[in-house]
Amino acid sequence: MAEKTLQWLDDRLGLRAIGELAEHKTVPVHSATRWYYFGGITLFLFGIQLITGTLLLFYYRPTVAEGFDSVRFIMTRVEFGWLIRSIHSWSANLLIFTAFVHMFSVVFTHAYRPPRELTWASGIVLLGLALGFGFSGYLLPWNQISYFATKVGTDVAGSTPVIGKAIARILRGGDDVGAPTLTRFFALHVMVLPLIAATLIGVHILLVQKHGMSTPPWISSSGVRQMKFFPNFFLREAMVWYGALAVLGALAAIYPWELGVKADPFASAPKGIRPEWYFLAQFYTLKLIPSRVWVFEGELLGIGGFGAVAAGWALIPVWGVDRAGQARTRLVTGVAIVLAAYLAVFTYLGYVK
Amino acid sequence: MLSWLLGGGAFASIASFLYPVLRFLNPPLITEAAVNEVSGGKIQDLKPNSGKIVRFGSKPALLVRISDTEFKAFSAVCTHLNCTVQYRDTTQQIWCACHNGTYDLNGRVVSGPPPNPLEAYVVNLRGDEVIISRRA
Repeated sequence: MAEKTLQWLDDRLGLRAIGELAEHKTVPVHSATRWYYFGGITLFLFGIQLITGTLLLFYYRPTVAEGFDSVRFIMTRVEFGWLIRSIHSWSANLLIFTAFVHMFSVVFTHAYRPPRELTWASGIVLLGLALGFGFSGYLLPWNQISYFATKVGTDVAGSTPVIGKAIARILRGGDDVGAPTLTRFFALHVMVLPLIAATLIGVHILLVQKHGMSTPPWISSSGVRQMKFFPNFFLREAMVWYGALAVLGALAAIYPWELGVKADPFASAPKGIRPEWYFLAQFYTLKLIPSRVWVFEGELLGIGGFGAVAAGWALIPVWGVDRAGQARTRLVTGVAIVLAAYLAVFTYLGYVK
Repeated sequence: MLSWLLGGGAFASIASFLYPVLRFLNPPLITEAAVNEVSGGKIQDLKPNSGKIVRFGSKPALLVRISDTEFKAFSAVCTHLNCTVQYRDTTQQIWCACHNGTYDLNGRVVSGPPPNPLEAYVVNLRGDEVIISRRA
């Protein structure tokens, strides 16, 4: 019976072709193989976000009047509401963390070199989207901290020369953060970003399938031992996902995500206000830059600096590869160590100060 | 020639789809009635060496009672990145919690990243009521 059903489906869907593809797919085994898992964990967490986000939509109301109260209702009245929301928040943070680890592992193993420039580029855009998810989702509970974080964040976007003001107005839905901003961020968070992200994830995975897993330049790709993707690597990855789920469940249960105080546009920014940890390094840097540096406005200089660093980082496949298509390993590794150290130290300082 | 026409047509079609979308996303300009004067509440409601946020049109303003008889008011919007400032009675300064900018009681920047002073308003007492108004 099962064989017959499978045959019926295969005649119509070509399932065996997919099976054969999985049969031939292999993963190189070497000292850096463990880093291959981080892309998969990030994908898994994205799946968790889709499920928990959809569940939250059953109760959440995207208005200034009801947004905060609907999240409080989820947290206090709906059965397991606290768990679903906490998992959504924790998973969002873990996703950004694993995406960063994945990105740095790609750089340290020099997997951005030809022909994988587009895989790198799609990954960079996906990381930007993940940060966009975090920024837009942060506002949705409409609490005091997220309100001011959004004021600052949209003002930072508004500092972009020439087009900044238009961007800030489009993001806020007006001149200030308010009811239209919440509606827009909701639309971005649940529709626009998921559509773009799902498409790009498809492209990213297709490119990984097309080019196979990259081996670091110090390992000869011809002699390296290969592991079958299915079932060997797949089962290992599944165990890692299971572990990630356990960590997620424990974090959500032991440290349920706080809701804070309802946003009041006519209250002062509260003491100790700070953004999510993944914006802390930039936040602390902006705190340190004086109002004027030589002839430049400090704020513009800082924001311009972030833009320049991000653009330079995205262009690693251009400056990090020589004419023969080989990675400039020392240069790229050096730059990556400096950037990772800056992010780690400034994130820590932004947290404690 | 044909491919130019086809390409041009396709481009024009996409542009004609995108233009209304971009215009749609740009929120309409709402010109609010200009507010030039608001009440800051009763004198006795604000203790000396304290401050409070009052609504000045659609923006927050900071009213500070420095002593029994002296009041000052400023726009409460930090000139750095738009956060709402507060009065600190311990230092007798105006402080922004977002990026640690401080201003003195004339609105001038004392330390931190704000690039410009806070806009100062005029405070008058009308009976037992504090009136905050924009400078002429």
